[in-house]
Amino acid sequence: MALQQQSAIANPEAPGVKRDGAMQKINLTEASSPIIQIKDLNFYYGSKHALKSITVDISEKKATAFIGPSGCGKTTLLRCLNRMNDLIPDVRVTGSISLDGKDIYGSSMDVIQLRRRVGMIFQKWNPFPKSIYENVVYGLRIIGISDRQHLDEVVESTLRRAALWDEVKDTLHKSAAELSGGQQQRLCIARALAVEPDVLLMDEPCSALDPISTAKIEELIHELKDAFTIVIVTHNMQQAARVSDRTAFFYLGEIIEYGETGKLFTNPDKRQTEDYITGRFG
Amino acid sequence: MQTAHTDKKYGEELKKLREEILYMGGLVEDQIQKAVKSLVDRDSKLAEVIIERDHEVNRLDVDIDELCIRLLALHQPAGRDLRFITTGLKITTDLERIGDMAVNICERALELNQEPQLKPYIDIPRMAQIAQRMIQQSLDAFVREDTDLALRVCKDDSEVDQLNAQIFREILTFMIENVQTISRGTKISSVSKYLERIADHATNIAEMVVFMVKGKSIRHMKELPPSV
Repeated sequence: MALQQQSAIANPEAPGVKRDGAMQKINLTEASSPIIQIKDLNFYYGSKHALKSITVDISEKKATAFIGPSGCGKTTLLRCLNRMNDLIPDVRVTGSISLDGKDIYGSSMDVIQLRRRVGMIFQKWNPFPKSIYENVVYGLRIIGISDRQHLDEVVESTLRRAALWDEVKDTLHKSAAELSGGQQQRLCIARALAVEPDVLLMDEPCSALDPISTAKIEELIHELKDAFTIVIVTHNMQQAARVSDRTAFFYLGEIIEYGETGKLFTNPDKRQTEDYITGRFG
Repeated sequence: MQTAHTDKKYGEELKKLREEILYMGGLVEDQIQKAVKSLVDRDSKLAEVIIERDHEVNRLDVDIDELCIRLLALHQPAGRDLRFITTGLKITTDLERIGDMAVNICERALELNQEPQLKPYIDIPRMAQIAQRMIQQSLDAFVREDTDLALRVCKDDSEVDQLNAQIFREILTFMIENVQTISRGTKISSVSKYLERIADHATNIAEMVVFMVKGKSIRHMKELPPSV
C-alpha cells in the first residue's frame, strides 16, 4: 500500500490519478521562510477525494491554524504532515509535501525520523500507562538514550517548557493517569517536546478541556511558537484567532482562504470565509 | 443579499441592533430639524420640548451600547458582524453627540428668543438642511452598505464648513459695527458652530460605514479617495 502511495507521489500523472482541471487553485505560498511546503496535494480515501489540489506554505516558528466545518479535510491535511495517514488502508496521495525542502513522501524519507521531527498532539490525551517521568523520556529511551543525568535534565526542561513542572515536580514517579485531563494533555506535549521536534501538530488539543486548562494550553502555544512551528486544527474559531499567526479556512477539501489571522477574522477576502466565521454556514 | 445566521437568535439580535440605530438616527434628525425650527420661528415652547426629548436619545445610546456589548460578549463576532457591531458602538456615540448639539441649539434659541431678532435667518436653515441630509444619507449608506453614498456625505462636509465660515464673517461685521449685537452675535455664531459639528459627526458615521463595508479606514485622510 505504501508503495502505491509513493509511486503516485513520484508520478502525479500516473494512470488513475484524476486531476480536476476546473479546480480553483489559490496561490497560498506567500508565507515567509516556510518550513513545510505543500504543493498540489490531493488525498483520497478510496474513491472519496478528501483534499483537492492543496498548495500551501507553513511558516517556521509560527502558529498556523486550520479551520473549517467537519469533514472539510483539515485533520486529513494535518495527518499528512507526519504521514499518520499511512496507517489507514485504501488511501492515495498525490502531490508533494516537503519539510525543509525534503519530500516527506519521498522514498528516502525515514518515517520514524519524520515523526520525531514532526510531533503530534491529539484531541484526547494519550499518556502511556507509566509514570510521568517515563512518559517524558519514552522517546529518548527508544532511541537508546539511558544516561540518567541527561534524562533528568530533559524531564525538567521539557516539563518546564510544557508549563507542568511546578505541578508535578514532587510526583514524577507517580502514574500519569493520576493527573487531571489538562495536565495529561500538557504531559503529552512535554513527551512530544522531549525528542526536540521542529514541528508540533495539534489536532483539537483543547476540545475536551475546561476553559482554565484550555487557557493554559493556549498560553503554552504562545510560548512554544518561539522555538517550534505549530500547526493546530481547531473547531473553536476564537481559539484559532487567539493562538495563531496565520489561518487557513478549508471547505469541502479545498483551502478557500489562507492569510494573516487578524485579517482573516476581521476582514476576510472570500465570501465563504466570511459566512463561516460569522456563523452563516447552513 | 446576506445569508441568514445559523444561530437565529443572534441573527435577530443583529437585526434589532440595526433597527435601534436607525430609530435613534431618525429621532436625532428630527431633533435637529425642530431645534432649528424653534430658533427660526422663535418658538421657545418647541425648544423646551426638544430639550426634554434628549432623554430619549440618551436612553437609546445606553440601550444600544448594552446591546453591542452583550453581542460582543456572548457571540464573539468576527468578520462583517464584528465590523457591524463596533460600527454600531461608534455610530451611537456620534448620534448621541448630535442630540446634544440639538439641545445646545435649543438653549441658544431660548436665549435669542428673549431678544429682538438680529437678522433674518437664511444661512442657518440652509446649513441645518445640509447637516440633516448628511445624517440621513450616512444612515442610508449604513443600511444599504453603500460606500459611494458614504463618500458623498464626507465630501458634503466642506460645504457646511464654508457656510460656517461665511456666517461667522457676517456676524463679525454686525458685532464690529454695533457692540449691542455682540451677545446675540456670539449666540448665532455658536449655533452655526453646532451645525458644523453636527456635520462632522455625520461625516464620522459615513467614514465608519466605509470601514464596516470594506474593512478599510478612511478616517483622518488629508484627501478622500475617489472610491473605495
